[in-house]
Amino acid sequence: MTINLKVWKQKNAKTSGNLETYKVDQVSPDMSFLEMFDVLNEKLVQENKEPIAFDHDCREGICGMCSMYINGQPHGPLEGVTTCQLHMRTFKDGDTIVVEPWRSAAFPVIKDLVVDRTAFDRIIASGGFVSVNTGNAQDANNLAIGKDKADMAFAAAACIGCGACVAACKNASAMLFVSAKVSQLALLPQGQPERESRALNMVAQMDAEGFGACTNTGACAAECPKEISLDNIARLNREFLGASISSQEV
Amino acid sequence: MATIKLDAKVPEGPIGEKWTKYKSSVPLVNPANKRSLEIIVVGTGLAGASAAASLAEMGYKVKTFCFQDSPRRAHSIAAQGGINAAKNYQNDGDSTYRLFYDTIKGGDYRAREGNVHRLAEVSASIIDQCVAQGVPFARDYGGMLRNRSFGGTQVQRTFYAAGQTGQQLLLGAYSALERQIGKGSVINYSRHEMLDVVKIDGKARGIIARNLITGELERHFGHAVLLCTGGYGNVFYLSTNAMGSNVTAAWKAHKQGALFANPCFTQIHPTCIPVSGDHQSKLTLMSESLRNDGRIWVPKQKDDKRAANDIPEEERDYYLERRYPAFGNLVPRDIASRAAKERCDAGYGVGVTKMAVYLDFKSNLINKYGRAEATKLGIENPDLDTLIRLGKEVVKEEYGNLFDMYKQITGEDPYEVPMMIYPAVHYTMGGVWVDYNLMTTVPGLYCLGEANFSDHGANRLGASALMQGLSDGYFVIPYTIGSYLSAEIKTKSISTDHEAFVEAEKATRERIEKLINIKGKQSPESFHKRLGKIMWEKCGMARNEKGLTEAIAEIQALKKEFWSDLRVLGDIDGFNPELDKAGRVADFIELGELMCIDALNRNESCGGHFREEYQEDGGEAMRDDENFMYVAAWEHKGESKWELHKEELKYENIKIAQRNYK
Repeated sequence: MTINLKVWKQKNAKTSGNLETYKVDQVSPDMSFLEMFDVLNEKLVQENKEPIAFDHDCREGICGMCSMYINGQPHGPLEGVTTCQLHMRTFKDGDTIVVEPWRSAAFPVIKDLVVDRTAFDRIIASGGFVSVNTGNAQDANNLAIGKDKADMAFAAAACIGCGACVAACKNASAMLFVSAKVSQLALLPQGQPERESRALNMVAQMDAEGFGACTNTGACAAECPKEISLDNIARLNREFLGASISSQEV
Repeated sequence: MATIKLDAKVPEGPIGEKWTKYKSSVPLVNPANKRSLEIIVVGTGLAGASAAASLAEMGYKVKTFCFQDSPRRAHSIAAQGGINAAKNYQNDGDSTYRLFYDTIKGGDYRAREGNVHRLAEVSASIIDQCVAQGVPFARDYGGMLRNRSFGGTQVQRTFYAAGQTGQQLLLGAYSALERQIGKGSVINYSRHEMLDVVKIDGKARGIIARNLITGELERHFGHAVLLCTGGYGNVFYLSTNAMGSNVTAAWKAHKQGALFANPCFTQIHPTCIPVSGDHQSKLTLMSESLRNDGRIWVPKQKDDKRAANDIPEEERDYYLERRYPAFGNLVPRDIASRAAKERCDAGYGVGVTKMAVYLDFKSNLINKYGRAEATKLGIENPDLDTLIRLGKEVVKEEYGNLFDMYKQITGEDPYEVPMMIYPAVHYTMGGVWVDYNLMTTVPGLYCLGEANFSDHGANRLGASALMQGLSDGYFVIPYTIGSYLSAEIKTKSISTDHEAFVEAEKATRERIEKLINIKGKQSPESFHKRLGKIMWEKCGMARNEKGLTEAIAEIQALKKEFWSDLRVLGDIDGFNPELDKAGRVADFIELGELMCIDALNRNESCGGHFREEYQEDGGEAMRDDENFMYVAAWEHKGESKWELHKEELKYENIKIAQRNYK
C-alpha cells in the first residue's frame, strides 16, 4: 500500500520546525510503523536527503524510547500498544498520517521526533527508590507479600517511562508517571520507611520540572501503552495529602 | 610489546572456598581514599547500573555513560522470562553446586569453573537485594516467591515478574543508580557514546565520549574504567537485540589491547517470531519460559497444507519430546534451535516461508491449568469451553504481555492457534576476556555482564544472563576492584589535558571526519544488512570450513566497499543517528571477520558453535576436548590480523561428559 506522511522536521532545539510531506510506496501490512520509517529513511538517503530522526531502541514495546504522536494520539490509534508494536495492517492504502514529537515544555525537542525526557530521570532521583545499599538485604522470603498487593505493585511498576501520559494530557501533567512509582513502593512493605518523603519529594520535583497540573480527565491512562490505571493517581493524591498532613517535618 | 600471558587469577583452594577466601584476603581501600578514586562505568544495563550504584554507595566517585536518553532504557529491560538463583525455595533439591553444575554442563564445558561457582554462590543474594529494592516478583497467595522451570535444568529455580523480569530488575538497579545520582555520588551522561579508551603508561585512565546531541567529543578521566556494554548479537543485523545495541565500546577496548575471547560463541534462541519480509528490522523473542507450557511440534507429513488446529494429535511430531524424553521441550537453547532447523531443512516446517515450527499451548491450557482451576472452583465435569476459558485466565497471568506482543506482531491470536516460532540470534557468550577479577588484559579496564566472556561457555542457559549481569555488578566488582584500586590510592586525578587524552581525541575526531567525508552512495543501514546476511548464512546456526573461508573474504571486500562508498548525511556537530550508526557498523564489520576466524579455528562442535564437519551420526554436536578445551582469546595485531592466545580450561570439580539430555 501507499502511505502519505506529514512529519515534524526540526533541526535542533533552537530552531523552529514544520511539517513535511513524504510518500512511502510498497508498504507491507506486516511492517511495523517504525519499519515503515526505516524504508522511508533509506529512500531519503538514496535521494541525498537527510533522514528523519526518531527515538527507538528495543522495538518490542518495553524500552519506552518511542516518542511520537500518530494522528494526534501518543503511540497511535491502538489501545495498550507502543509505536514499535503498531503494525501497518492498522492503516489503509492511501491514508495520510501526521507524525509529531511529544509536545510539552518539560520535554524540549532535540531534533525532528526526538525529545529530551531527562526530567523523568530527575523525578526518580528525587525519591523513586528504596534506600537499601547493596548487601543490606535480608532473605527474600522473610518478607511475605500478599499476592494481591504484589500484583498491584507489579501493574504499577509496568510503566515504561515513555512520557505518553504527559503527551496525552492537555496540561502536560506527569501525574500518571509519578503515581505509578509512588504506588508501586507505597503498596509494598519495603517502601514504607520513605513513604511520606517519597510522595512529597517526587511531586515537588515534578512541579519544578514544569509539568502541568492534573485535572483528572483520564487522557493519560487512556493513552498509556502499558495501561497504567488512573487508580494510581488517586493513590498518589492520598499519599501526598497524608504525607502533607502527617509529615514529621515542621 | 611484551607477549601477553593469560593468567585467570582464580584463587587456590577448594572450589567452595575460593570466593570466601578471596573476599577475606583482597586488599581494601579505606573510606577516605575511596572519595578520591574515580570510576567510569560505560553502559547502564543490569551490570552497569548495579555496579555504578554499588560502587557509589561504597564511596567511590562514579561517572556513568549510556547512549540512550536515559539509563533505564538499556536493553536488559527487554529480558522476559526470569532470573536463576539457587534458593531451593521449592524444596526440589537445588543447591549452589547444582546451579554451578548445570551452568558448566549447559555451557558445554567451555566456561571457567572458578567464575561459575562464584556466580552460583552469589545468586541467592541477588534475589534478596532485588526484593529489598521493591522489585515485584511473582508471588503465591501466602506471600512467598514463586519459581518456574527453564531449559537445561530439572529444578525450579527461576524467579520472574510475568514476562517482564528484565524490566523489573533493571528498574530496581536504575532506581538505585538514580538515588546515587540524586545524592551527587554518580554523574550520569545520557546520550553519550564511548569512542575510545585512553591509556597512560599502559593503564586505562579514561575514555573519549561523544555527546550525541551536540556531536562534541569529551575527555573523561577515571582511575578505572568498567565496560558494561552488552553483547554484539547485532553483528547479524537481525537479532533480538535492541536497534542501538552495539560492540563499539568493547571493540575500541579490544583495539587498545584487551583480548577478545570466543567471539564465535553466539546463542541462537529457539523461540522467536519468524521473519516476515525484507523490511524486517529486528526479531522478537518469545520467552523460553513458554516452553514450560507450550509443546513444540511439526506435522508428521511433509508440506502439510492443513491449518494447525485441523491436524489431529496422532499426525503431529513432538520432536523434542521424541528425541529428548528426559528434558523434552526444556532442552537447552542450542539443542532446541538445531532441532528446529533440522525439521525445517528436512521439509517439515510450517507457515508461509516453511521456516517455522509450532509452539502450542492448547493441551496445557486445557489439561493443566483449565482442570486445576475447575477443581478449585468445584466445577464437576467441565466442558471444553469452560476449561479453555479458565486455562486462558491463568496463562494470561503468567505470560499475558508475551501473548499480546505475539498478536500485535503477527496478527494471530496465540490463545486460539499455535504460535509459529523459529530460532534467532539472541545472546553472545563470547566477549572481552577477563580474569577472575573481571579485569581485561589492559590494567584498570574491567568488563562486566554480557560484554565479557566468562560464565556461559559455549551456550548460556535461560535466566542466567540477568543473574550474571547483576552478580558482576552488585556482588563481584565491589570486591575485586579493590585489589587494583588499593594500589592506586596515591594516583592523583590526571588532567584531561594530558597528551594521551589529546591524542585519543584527535584520532577519534579523524575517524568521524573520515566516515562523514567518504560521501559515497550506500547507507550505513545497507552495509549492516549485507554484513548480517553473510554472518547468518555462513557463521550462523551451522558453520563449515568452506563457508567461513568465503565469509572472511566477503567481509574484507565489504569493509573496503564500506570505506569507499559509505554515505553519511547530516552534520558532524549535531544530533545525527546516521553517523552514530556508521561508526557502529564499521566496528561490526571488523568483529564479523574475527568471529569467522574464531569459528574456523575451532574444529569442533560445542554449544552454540556447530561445525557441520563435526557431528555424530544422529546429528548431535561432537566436541573435541583433547584439542579445544580452551578459551580462544584473540589479540588485535593490526588490520585483519590477530594472534591467538589460549587459556586452558581445567575441570577439577566436574566430570567432563558428553552432554546428555535424553
